[in-house]
Amino acid sequence: MDFLDLDFFMQYYRYFLRGTGVTLSVSLFGVVFGTIVGVFLSLLKLSNNKLLKGIATSYIELVRGTPLLVQIYIVYYGFPMFLPFSLSRITLGTIAVILNSAAYVAEIIRAGIQSIDKGQMEAARSLGMTHAMAMKFIIIPQAFKNILPALGNEFIVLVKESAIISVIGIHDIMYNADTLRGITYRPFIPLVYAAIIYFIITFTLSKLLGIFERRLRLGDQNS
Amino acid sequence: MIKTVNLNKKFGNLHVLKDINEEIEQGEVLVIIGPSGSGKSTFLRCLNLLEEPTSGEIIFEGVSITDKSNNINKQREKMGMVFQQFNLFPHMTVLENITLAPIQVKGLKKDEAEEIALKLLKRIGLEDKANGYPNQLSGGQKQRVAIIRALAMSPDVMLFDEPTSALDPEMVGEVLELMKELALEGMTMVVVTHEMGFAKEVGSRVIFMDEGKMVEQGEPKELFNNPKNPRTQDFLRKILV
Repeated sequence: MDFLDLDFFMQYYRYFLRGTGVTLSVSLFGVVFGTIVGVFLSLLKLSNNKLLKGIATSYIELVRGTPLLVQIYIVYYGFPMFLPFSLSRITLGTIAVILNSAAYVAEIIRAGIQSIDKGQMEAARSLGMTHAMAMKFIIIPQAFKNILPALGNEFIVLVKESAIISVIGIHDIMYNADTLRGITYRPFIPLVYAAIIYFIITFTLSKLLGIFERRLRLGDQNS
Repeated sequence: MIKTVNLNKKFGNLHVLKDINEEIEQGEVLVIIGPSGSGKSTFLRCLNLLEEPTSGEIIFEGVSITDKSNNINKQREKMGMVFQQFNLFPHMTVLENITLAPIQVKGLKKDEAEEIALKLLKRIGLEDKANGYPNQLSGGQKQRVAIIRALAMSPDVMLFDEPTSALDPEMVGEVLELMKELALEGMTMVVVTHEMGFAKEVGSRVIFMDEGKMVEQGEPKELFNNPKNPRTQDFLRKILV
């Protein structure tokens, strides 16, 4: 397997290992905090208050209508101008990913909430529950079950898309592959390994997700 | 107990309820019949403000619930509602379905709420289903659970929105039987239904609605045997073949 040059990998695997850790943590933080922010965004978007609704809608449209690359640069150069303290590159990069992911997750959650039969809300309200209680106990738990597969998918997307944070010097898989190109003057092999690692991660995740979805469906039969 | 004053409801250009003035007395079993689209369900749903009236006033136990400053959740605790599609919470066990509102809304302790729930479940013979999920129940069982879920809040009035319309025919009986029991215990009930047998046997008053108006009303026997209004006559002729 000359093409894969295993000696190269054995010599430099630490770069890939560290990069994988960074990529996974940025993606994981991105999807977890993106979900938390996304829940709030979706609730704002579904609220009856026109102002709150407008803010959430504009934010979601803006984020979805501009490239992640631009957003990363804006956060990277913009945030430090307004913050009294300094943040590390990786924090800024992760913030950008969270802010981006939140908009997509908000749309996933909104669709999930709207997919719940309106009789559920009516039944809850007819028992004297407030709108907030009904959301908390009845609507969101059911919506969440429906959107878990979509959230898992968002995580997979983030693993791939996060390669772009290498442009602000975060040492993820992509950045380290680039570094190796500089060290070894070999542009091809590091990229092949980067691609293989990305693929292993996303393939594994999507298989796990498949198992998880089947479990959920089994659970549905007795609920 | 419930009084509506010049109640109007419009959906866009559609005038669904036209100036309804009606009063529901404590202990009465009011049955509302009428063709589909006559506004009977909308009327019922206005009573606990699931539909917001376009104009007019609704007074429940002396409080104007249509008043902007009124917190409707307080009165909804006292108005149980049963839906055509049951609307049980599918992600919760039968017991949790029944105890959720008593615990969260009324502030009962969990064991108090469960005691009430189990007593009610026993009454309808489903205590062995307490820890099952709604999907494991038949349609008739679901609707009976939905009824006792509302009863667990110890309401002063029960609103039934076509409670048997989504059921297989062989399950209609068990639901009507439970409703009849409630009526005999003196529960105030407003029932929108197509079950004329139930209306005749259990109803203390029947209203025939058509095109957003209460066209005719009276004691069940009188209204069914001797309808005065031509539209009532026409409707009953079609339905009581």
